[in-house]
Amino acid sequence: MSGGAKPVSRAAVIAVQIAVPVVLVALWYLATTRWGVSRILLPNPVAALQAFIRVLTTGAFLGDLRVTLFELLVAFAISATSGVVAGYLISRSTWRIRVFEPLFSAIYSVPLILFLPLYVLWFGLGPASKIALGASISFFPVALNTIAGFGHVDRTLVTAARAMGASDVQLFRFVLLPAAFPIILAGMRLGFTVALLSIIGSEALASLAGLGHHIVELSENMEMPGMFAYIAFVVAIAAMLNLVVSTLEARGRRP
Amino acid sequence: MTVALRRVAASPAFGRLIVIAVLLAIWEIAARRFVDPMFLAPPSQVVWRIGAMFGTRGVPAAIEITLFELVVAFALSAAIGITVGLVLGLNDFSRRSFMPMVLLVYGMPQITILPLFILYFGIGAASKIAFGVTHGTFPIIVTVAAGVQNIRPILLTCARSMGANFWQQLRHVIFPHVVPTLFTGMRLGMTGVLLGVLLAELYVSTAGIGYFTTLFTQNFDPTRLLGLVGTLAAIAIVLNALMRSLERRFGRWRD
Repeated sequence: MSGGAKPVSRAAVIAVQIAVPVVLVALWYLATTRWGVSRILLPNPVAALQAFIRVLTTGAFLGDLRVTLFELLVAFAISATSGVVAGYLISRSTWRIRVFEPLFSAIYSVPLILFLPLYVLWFGLGPASKIALGASISFFPVALNTIAGFGHVDRTLVTAARAMGASDVQLFRFVLLPAAFPIILAGMRLGFTVALLSIIGSEALASLAGLGHHIVELSENMEMPGMFAYIAFVVAIAAMLNLVVSTLEARGRRP
Repeated sequence: MTVALRRVAASPAFGRLIVIAVLLAIWEIAARRFVDPMFLAPPSQVVWRIGAMFGTRGVPAAIEITLFELVVAFALSAAIGITVGLVLGLNDFSRRSFMPMVLLVYGMPQITILPLFILYFGIGAASKIAFGVTHGTFPIIVTVAAGVQNIRPILLTCARSMGANFWQQLRHVIFPHVVPTLFTGMRLGMTGVLLGVLLAELYVSTAGIGYFTTLFTQNFDPTRLLGLVGTLAAIAIVLNALMRSLERRFGRWRD
């Protein structure tokens, strides 16, 4: 960007982007083979890769994956419906928006994972506490975006539709919903990501099963290659889920 | 008089108070009438006994430790985030090479590597600070880099043609333009730091608040648990409000 600098060559950028991970892996390999870093702190990358392949081929992850996906889907279903309904009801009057919006954003700014001990107290160590926590945390982005979506529809559009004699249902179907839909979808994507994070997080902190729980279990057993492999696996799963949701959002955005 | 009263009654702030009061009343009645006192304490009792919560041996020290972790983690995140953000924003080559990597790591569910932090940094304050830093740094890097990039190149060229050296450009052109985005980044960083530190605290803790949330949960002592969690939530709200007002205060000159 700086004024007279010559344009950066694409090849150099790609070279750096390939070199950095390669150098990191090489350093990792040397650290475990030559420099005597303890195997308990850092497993050999080859061992980690073998463990990763084992995780994928044995399919032992299916049980934990099923638990986490179940918790995620239920939590997201709850927060998406309640968030949209609450957001819509609030967005119907400016007074209500001004009452609830600051309240919701104040609560949303608190790391709600703090309340995990309470949820565990109320719902136990099983999936119920994760579902409840995930649903409560992801409720807020969905509700806030729904309020923003329905609350800030261009007045001219509403007045024009009314002037042309649109009924309440028609107004909703043809004016409010199309205007608010992309913003609500963005809220849902955000809510989904937040729910996924809080569910994996609460599984790691206090639970009996699930992807997060399995990472902690491996770390407590000091199975380092397995743990590194499982972390990579969970990161990949999270990336895939986020990709699916982003794709759905992009598709839903198209009119 | 009545007009003034009516205006107060119609104000959103008053409505918000009513909403909070109604929620507290429901909670109070539920806790007194319907729910086992082992699981839920009425809010009046939580507030009434908050002195006893603070009187529990080790709780004030635990809150102090957590605040210390938050402050150190935030300071480190700000220092690293601003430096890296400036470098990435000012240098085209480093931005194009490293920004994709930064975004990739930023999008990763960091909770998966929490056990590694405990392994490398121990169960004391260091692991909480480190985990807070990895959560807080990335939003600051990304916003600062974006803010620097948005400076109109003509301003920099102009300063340079008038003979400003790098530090003068930084002080008189870059810094004033970055300040508003800088504070947005710092606010997001603060949210990240809070999340990281509290997650690590809840995962394992010997003297911080995580120790006491676990203790109160295991003792079925919802009064103290709610008191402690409420205090921390209040701290989070205050810190966020502080960052938000700083953001407004320093972003004003641009309007």
